[in-house]
Amino acid sequence: MSILINQQTKVICQGFTGKHGTFHSEQAIIYGTQLVGGVTPNRGGQTHLGLPVFNTVEEAVKTTGATASMLYVPPFFAADAILEAIDAGITLIICITEGIPVLQMLNVKAAMQGTDVLLVGPNCPGVITPGECKIGIMPAYIHQQGSIGIVSRSGTLTYEAVAQTTAQGLGQSTCVGIGGDPIHGMNFIDVISRFQEDEQTKGIVMVGEIGGSEEEEAGEYIKAHVDKPVVAYIAGQTAPAGKRMGHAGAIITGGQGTAAGKIAALKAANINVVQSPTQIGEAMKACF
Amino acid sequence: MNIHEYQAKQLFKAFDIATPDSQLATSVTEAINAAKLLKESPWIIKAQVHAGGRGKVGGVKLAKTLAEVEEITQQMLGSRLVTKQTGNEGLPIESVLVEKTSIIKREFYLSLLVDRGSERVIFIASSEGGMNIETVADSTPEKIISLNIHPAAGLQGYQCRKIAFALGLQKSQFKALETIMRGMYQLMLAKDASQIEINPLIETDTGDLLAIDAKINFDDNAVATHSDIAVLKDPSQEDDKENEAAKFDLNYISLEGNIGCMVNGAGLAMATMDLVKLKGGRPANFLDVGGGTTTEKVTEAFKLILSDKQVKAMLVNIFGGIVKCDVIAQGILTAIEQVKVEIPIVVRLEGTNASEGRLLLSQSKMEIVAADDLEAAAEKVVSLAEVA
Repeated sequence: MSILINQQTKVICQGFTGKHGTFHSEQAIIYGTQLVGGVTPNRGGQTHLGLPVFNTVEEAVKTTGATASMLYVPPFFAADAILEAIDAGITLIICITEGIPVLQMLNVKAAMQGTDVLLVGPNCPGVITPGECKIGIMPAYIHQQGSIGIVSRSGTLTYEAVAQTTAQGLGQSTCVGIGGDPIHGMNFIDVISRFQEDEQTKGIVMVGEIGGSEEEEAGEYIKAHVDKPVVAYIAGQTAPAGKRMGHAGAIITGGQGTAAGKIAALKAANINVVQSPTQIGEAMKACF
Repeated sequence: MNIHEYQAKQLFKAFDIATPDSQLATSVTEAINAAKLLKESPWIIKAQVHAGGRGKVGGVKLAKTLAEVEEITQQMLGSRLVTKQTGNEGLPIESVLVEKTSIIKREFYLSLLVDRGSERVIFIASSEGGMNIETVADSTPEKIISLNIHPAAGLQGYQCRKIAFALGLQKSQFKALETIMRGMYQLMLAKDASQIEINPLIETDTGDLLAIDAKINFDDNAVATHSDIAVLKDPSQEDDKENEAAKFDLNYISLEGNIGCMVNGAGLAMATMDLVKLKGGRPANFLDVGGGTTTEKVTEAFKLILSDKQVKAMLVNIFGGIVKCDVIAQGILTAIEQVKVEIPIVVRLEGTNASEGRLLLSQSKMEIVAADDLEAAAEKVVSLAEVA
């Protein structure tokens, strides 16, 4: 098994006919993802990349039976697109888009309450279950089917963790980029609890960064509920306070959200926190 | 995005949030005229810079006479104010706010912000105004009240009453507080603010509530949709190199070290800085060239890093995903030729077409150290910076 997505997952793309939507849909199809169509308003009825285009998510879901949607919609239209996907009964929404205004994300989160829908992102590389299904912008070839679950707030640091676990011969069960925005969908605990339940996953890599307190909360959760080995890395030990380090959510405010605080909290939960981003793969290998 | 106090107060006025009468001045003459216009002395003269902690370092002064107004503004205008939030160089004072004084009976704290934990907009209030709210939260957490607002329901009357009771206001003042809170909430929604802070909010001797200070941050992701807010940006209050970087859509932040860093991806950029530090070096900057980087962007990134004369060596760390490493390598070579680089450069390329990229670099006549191992690359750049 794996988590969230596998070869049976039927996927649609919102923002299908745009530049990014087109490029990454092509890549997904090449990888073997069951992409069954896409949505671009006013392009319904057309065919794109050999697949049907729909005007609305509702039509796409009714016609194709898709349960997952990947979003390559520009930032000012992305919240609307997430809400449309929720309304149409999509159960897994993966939003790649960076730059969604935070107040719009608050509305999205409020609308999600009371539903079972899962949101990954925004501002994330997506989700991949190697060998089965790729939804996102990650380079496919560095992945290898295997036993390590990876969850990360950063795109390129996820690739580092992937490349290292591949080089160590461990491979990955599923990799989830939860995104760099302050208000986002699935958090570390949501993903790690699924890795704990998943039989294929034998070890977990968590990559955090400055800002917020989700790493600290994950530490407490892991201590209480996870018996699989966990290796963590936290970026931003040299980041100055009050400055946004690229990601909208990567900021130390009022002394809160420092790397030192997160590392201390994770260590207090008996988690192996590596000092250098180059040690993730070795540290994970040492657990087996 | 930050704005000045005077700009925030103009927005406050538009949203019915009471502030003392004030006038902006960019010269001594304007300041004197402003004081005359506001009539009775004394006046408060406040340096307009994007930083807190102004009062403690002479950025907020009381003037009892017009002569004192002249003296104080003369001193302030054109100088730089160093507060604990600005770094050693401080920020230039290009304008001052001349403000009518009030007799203060009590000082409160009131702010509205996006709370990551509750995923709601929340109000924070305290009876301990005029102090650093983090200090209050640490020492007397019972004096802080916070409440969150459901986006569909909006701000409710009971929530305003709750804060009024917590602050110990008189019944006759409840309406005034509600007007201020509703104004703040409307302002946040209308202009995509991410934080609005009034510290202090004062109660005057006559029982009026006034916002003495005003601080607003706007969501960078939304500024482009509000042209009236975008024009409030004051580049003089930002780092020159950060302004330059913004023009080319590069994420750049100045630091105080001597090793320039150019990386793709925000997380990897932070991790690269950390690794340089771990190996005993000092990073000069954070720089994320982004996922879909081009030769032009790489060239601009080089220029930016090299414009910092402290930089003695440079580490380029690229994990090629969608972007191919040979394209990046070509970009680096073009940039080095254009920019006339004279410091040692260590390049680590990994990912798509990494070996082709490394080959291109090693074949060039330039002094580039091509590394395939990030750990070794970091060690190398630290030793090169030490020798230089």
